[in-house]
Amino acid sequence: MNAFMGFVVKEFKQIYRDTRTLVVLFGMPIIMLTLFGFAIRNEVSNAKIGVLDLSKDEVTRELIQKLSVSKAFELNAYLDNYDQIEEVFKQGEIKEVVVFENNFANKLVKEGKADVQVITDATDPNLANIVQSYTGAIIRDYVQEINDNGVAVKAGIQPSVQMMYNPELKSVNLFVPGLIAVILMLISALMTSISITREKEMGNMEILLVSPLKPHYIIIGKVIPYLLLSVVNVITILVLAKFIFNVPFNGSYGFFFFESILFIVTALALGVFISSVAQNQQTAMMASLAGLLLPTVLLSGFIFPVESMPLPLQVVSNIIPAKWFLIIVRSIMLKGSGLLFLWKETLILAFIALAFIALSLKKFKVRLQ
Amino acid sequence: MSELAISAKGLTRIFGDFTAVDHIDLDVKKGEIFGFLGANGAGKTTAMKMLTGLLSPSSGEAKVSGFDVYTEAEKIKKRIGYMSQKFSLYDDLTPEENIRFYGGVYGLNDRELKDKKDELISSVGLEQFRNKQVGSLPLGWKQKLAFAISIIHDPKIVFLDEPTGGVDPVTRRQFWERIYEVADSGITVFVTTHYMDEAEYCDRVSIMVDGRIDAIDSPSGLKSSFNASSIEEVFISLARSAERGDG
Repeated sequence: MNAFMGFVVKEFKQIYRDTRTLVVLFGMPIIMLTLFGFAIRNEVSNAKIGVLDLSKDEVTRELIQKLSVSKAFELNAYLDNYDQIEEVFKQGEIKEVVVFENNFANKLVKEGKADVQVITDATDPNLANIVQSYTGAIIRDYVQEINDNGVAVKAGIQPSVQMMYNPELKSVNLFVPGLIAVILMLISALMTSISITREKEMGNMEILLVSPLKPHYIIIGKVIPYLLLSVVNVITILVLAKFIFNVPFNGSYGFFFFESILFIVTALALGVFISSVAQNQQTAMMASLAGLLLPTVLLSGFIFPVESMPLPLQVVSNIIPAKWFLIIVRSIMLKGSGLLFLWKETLILAFIALAFIALSLKKFKVRLQ
Repeated sequence: MSELAISAKGLTRIFGDFTAVDHIDLDVKKGEIFGFLGANGAGKTTAMKMLTGLLSPSSGEAKVSGFDVYTEAEKIKKRIGYMSQKFSLYDDLTPEENIRFYGGVYGLNDRELKDKKDELISSVGLEQFRNKQVGSLPLGWKQKLAFAISIIHDPKIVFLDEPTGGVDPVTRRQFWERIYEVADSGITVFVTTHYMDEAEYCDRVSIMVDGRIDAIDSPSGLKSSFNASSIEEVFISLARSAERGDG
């Protein structure tokens, strides 16, 4: 027990004395959350648009008015003819041009339909997509309105769309759970693997292995401090998310921490595994970054939805612990789900954790041969 | 058998098709200072790793402090100290913290630790460096501290792997004085070195060539049987026959 406590105390002292480690441990979560929270947003605001109104009647005026008051758009140009469209796109400021056909109001009343053409600058496909769907939404709203007022002939089927759990479609709500996963991977796996390989490189590990201390005590002693620090980081991220970005938290905190610790343990096991294979700190770092961090960012559904990946990658994503953790955390935070709904994902995560623990313990022992 | 600290018969370790240690026989008496010599790559470190339980032998048998290296490694570990070739204290901890940590690793309790801490610091003469991080200490002091820590748990045998590498002659001399004191207190010292003058300080030495032990005797015995004036001559005449390259 004395040996064990000694280990933990020693580890904390070393972390505390190493400025670089401290910066990574505590600066990283804050910097990453701020960056992701403020810079990476899927929602668009103040996109510059132009209008080509060939009709100039009360209906088109009203529609244009609706477009221009939307926070998403800034009405920047009134065009006179089709030729100007390409011109403004080439200038690059305008991202979308909305064209109303001739006799718009008349046609709407007489024929029950009138055409709106939406032309977007798709050099940035994401932006074009979003801008286009915003425009569609605004026009649909308007149609709904005039239908209710009985101005026009009722137009067929009207879908009623409701976005649940994240009605404002705030991307930060989606990123925070992903960030928790990335940061935990970074701290638990990367830092542990580096600190264990450092002991190997410096020759401390040899002494420890000659000592009567059991190998699994060495591992646990190395790992506990990072477990504690990771939990501190989870709390930091939650506090920042709640008070700076107003991310909702609808589920149970106890359940959330239980799942987080499960994920941390998985990451720690991965870190131990890497350190038992890597001979020096550089290798450990490269292996952690390329082998853990990249898949966590790219294949977990953090940024790109798993559903839109090609099938082979979707299959691969199943063994990425972060994927399951993300599903769990998003459900807890946004939907308030409990174990009743998440037992399957939890079980999978627990299984991955156990598998990696077994693997890393085995690897660690082999070294003693 | 009971007066033997280490006994090995036909101890062998094979890596793939390379026989690092080739059937070595070795007896080390209790309380003696045993010099384990050999050129680079002769297999010293591998032999030492087998005796300390870091590597399991491919064949042969060995007993350390009366315990079998195959089946009683845990008991051996409690009774040996080990100072590796690489400097192995934590640079970013103070001497006290290093002592506290390794003491804990070797299972000392709080009271023992407290006593040992003061005893070690004064025996090495580290009072002035007490609260400095070990990384800032001169190499000689670090090695002395590492040695002191390797026997913190009063082992029966201490293994020293090139303990004086890169250390100045004065400090080396002091280091060997400490080794004598330790041996006098009854601890068997098993030491590898590249300094032939140090070999002369040992009670007995063995010289390893190409994974085999080609000579084992007291320094004076070796010199007379090889008809040489120093251990260095004995060593060179043996090492010259080696087929393995340096490294």
